[in-house]
Amino acid sequence: MDPLLLARLQFALTVGFHFLFPPLTIGLAWMLVIIEAIGWKKKDEIYATIGRFFGKVLGLIFAVGVASGIVMEFQFGTNWAEYSKFVGDVFGAPLAAEGVFAFFLESTFLGLYIFGRDRVSKGVHWFSILMVAVGSTISAFWILVANSWQQTPAGFVIQNNRAELVDFWAAVFNPSTLPRFFHTMGASLISGAFLMTGIAAYWLIRNKSIEVAKKAITFSIVFGLISSLLELFPFGHEHAKQVAHTQPEKFAAIQGLYKTQEGAPLAIFAIPGTEPPKLHFPIEIPGLLSWLAFGDINAEIKGINEFPPDEIPPLWLTFVSYHNMVVLGLYFIFIMALSAYFLKKKKLFEKKGLLKVLMWSTPLPLIASQLGWIAAEVGRQPWVVYKLMKTKDAVSITVGTGELLFSIIMFVLIYILLLSIFLSLLFRWVKKGPEAKITQEVLQ
Amino acid sequence: MIDLNTIWFLLIGVLIIGYAILDGFDLGVGVIQLFTKDERERKVNINAIGPVWDGNEVWLLTGGGALFAAFPVVYATVFSGFYLAFMLLLFFLIFRAVSFEFRKFSETPEAKKRWDIAFALGSFGPALLYGVAIGNVMKGLPIEIVDGKIVSHITFLGLLNPYAILIGLTGFAMFVMQGATYMTMKTDGAHLEKMIKWANGSYIAFVSLYVISTIATIFVASYLFVGIMNNVLFWILFILLLASFIYYPIALKSKQFGRAFLSSSLMIALVIGLLALSLYPRFVPSSIDLANYSLTIYNASSSQYTLKTMLIIALIGMPVVIGYTIYIYRVFRGKVILTKDSY
Repeated sequence: MDPLLLARLQFALTVGFHFLFPPLTIGLAWMLVIIEAIGWKKKDEIYATIGRFFGKVLGLIFAVGVASGIVMEFQFGTNWAEYSKFVGDVFGAPLAAEGVFAFFLESTFLGLYIFGRDRVSKGVHWFSILMVAVGSTISAFWILVANSWQQTPAGFVIQNNRAELVDFWAAVFNPSTLPRFFHTMGASLISGAFLMTGIAAYWLIRNKSIEVAKKAITFSIVFGLISSLLELFPFGHEHAKQVAHTQPEKFAAIQGLYKTQEGAPLAIFAIPGTEPPKLHFPIEIPGLLSWLAFGDINAEIKGINEFPPDEIPPLWLTFVSYHNMVVLGLYFIFIMALSAYFLKKKKLFEKKGLLKVLMWSTPLPLIASQLGWIAAEVGRQPWVVYKLMKTKDAVSITVGTGELLFSIIMFVLIYILLLSIFLSLLFRWVKKGPEAKITQEVLQ
Repeated sequence: MIDLNTIWFLLIGVLIIGYAILDGFDLGVGVIQLFTKDERERKVNINAIGPVWDGNEVWLLTGGGALFAAFPVVYATVFSGFYLAFMLLLFFLIFRAVSFEFRKFSETPEAKKRWDIAFALGSFGPALLYGVAIGNVMKGLPIEIVDGKIVSHITFLGLLNPYAILIGLTGFAMFVMQGATYMTMKTDGAHLEKMIKWANGSYIAFVSLYVISTIATIFVASYLFVGIMNNVLFWILFILLLASFIYYPIALKSKQFGRAFLSSSLMIALVIGLLALSLYPRFVPSSIDLANYSLTIYNASSSQYTLKTMLIIALIGMPVVIGYTIYIYRVFRGKVILTKDSY
């Protein structure tokens, strides 16, 4: 088997698994910042209970995020040694900055948040969850700086046979950093909102802890509606515009625009076919893509036919993952708006059907995040760093097929085990409800 | 004046020392956990490090990031060269990282015991592997530079040589000593007596193994001693190391556990410091041609601009990190108190 393919598979697997957890951490941490503040300042016992319950959930999610994140910090060296040598001068800095500015902060204060509830004052305890939220957000920022630099590299020159940093701020705020940071933050807030909504909906369906569940779901639906709306506009829209301007191949691939045209249509639905690339059964809105991307319904947009065949990304996967992400994003707005409407009418808590839908929707933002990430990373192919280094030149030459097979099998087994244990512990914790205490099997 | 490359060599050393001192005691407690039969003692052990271990482990991750940023060639060559060993290390670290929270959420004593074992094995492995890796670097790695490109001939079985295993055991004893010493500050009664026994035993094992390793190094990696005897810094570090070797048992015997912990932490810092001093300016010595093929702090580093930028980041960030780390340790100082938030 091809070592390059295996190395890519391993990276996709390990980063995909990891990416299930940080969005939940970030979203939940910011929600807890507000919830713990209300519980503390207004002496609201119900909010304090919500804080205690979801604080424990945060600890559990964070642990799996850390465990899977350790792998990411070293995998560039183990599996992508040629990449690390070629771009380390630029790419290493944001990873180190993440450690110094973010990872210490969130990890250290998470310990204080979880263990310090009875040890420090309420103000310091609130400050600790604030630092977890700030730390995880800064962490996302630096990781997205690194990843965005791969998409739209800036602030470097090629000398001494490698990419060397010459302008730190240009590299940090490369053209795609901010659009991608806000877009990912929006996704994280939505993920946290759907988690709390789903859990509270479950309690309401089961007639458990009604008072706590009602306050939790009211808060998380408002939070979820606002973040879902922001995610479409401006975050999603700005990101798409940026891709159109800076990575035309990727834009053409995700939008299914295979021929250059003026007044390009927005494909709402289609099944992409190959040889020659063509959209089957398309439902299109004329001119809309040109208008969204360039503010002019007649603007010309480059199609896949403009680019050399060996410099275009896989068409089917990028189109399908991007479009499904958008569909999910619109669904989030719809379902949260509907829930908010019934909330306002004071009818939501009786609508068991809608509550069931909300419960089953819990993992959907994570699926949308995975799809968006696939569109972003597969859409960058064949480049590991856009127009600078191809993925095939980035892999470790000393790591062979056997070693890769070993590590892939190891990660698959570990991650299946971790995920199933994580879910079973989480489900049991949710079933016990917010008044539950961690069992004490040994006492003083 | 010392150049940026040397400063970064020192800073990577500081991150490794910070990791070895802080997560070092977590690893040591993990090893002790494997031999702890009493359920309550196991609970105290895990809660002694519970609030702080996560922050401690970040020293490793930041060290990895800093190595990538400052010496990308070392990061790429060593990590890809040690591929299988590294995957094994990740395997252990993953299980250790989840064991704390998974233990807390487990309900039956059997399930909790399972996660105690995961935590113990997840600590046992790294405590041994770090030293094995360092031993291989000291011995020199089979790398050469052909047409400006590094060619590595490192094999997994080649890493398992007697010298590296000796260094692995030395490091292992060092981490156990650090863990046991930390636990003397966190326990009382019969549990404390056991920890003092662990501390004494691992101290004797560590000092003996360190002496044996040093003698073995004279034969296996004699280049490490060349020129160093004329270096004043070497003698200062060496005398401080001797002093902490002598002071540690005295502090332990007079039940000055805080001082014993400082003394074992100082030992760790000095042992790593002495090694760094004898490696300098090499980072990864080549066993094929030491003079021409070794990765040094100059031929393996990032550009001067990157090193300078990174230095500014470190100077802004690290004092803040150290500040709140000290604060957290102060909040959780003293003997372990089990509460409803305990693991």
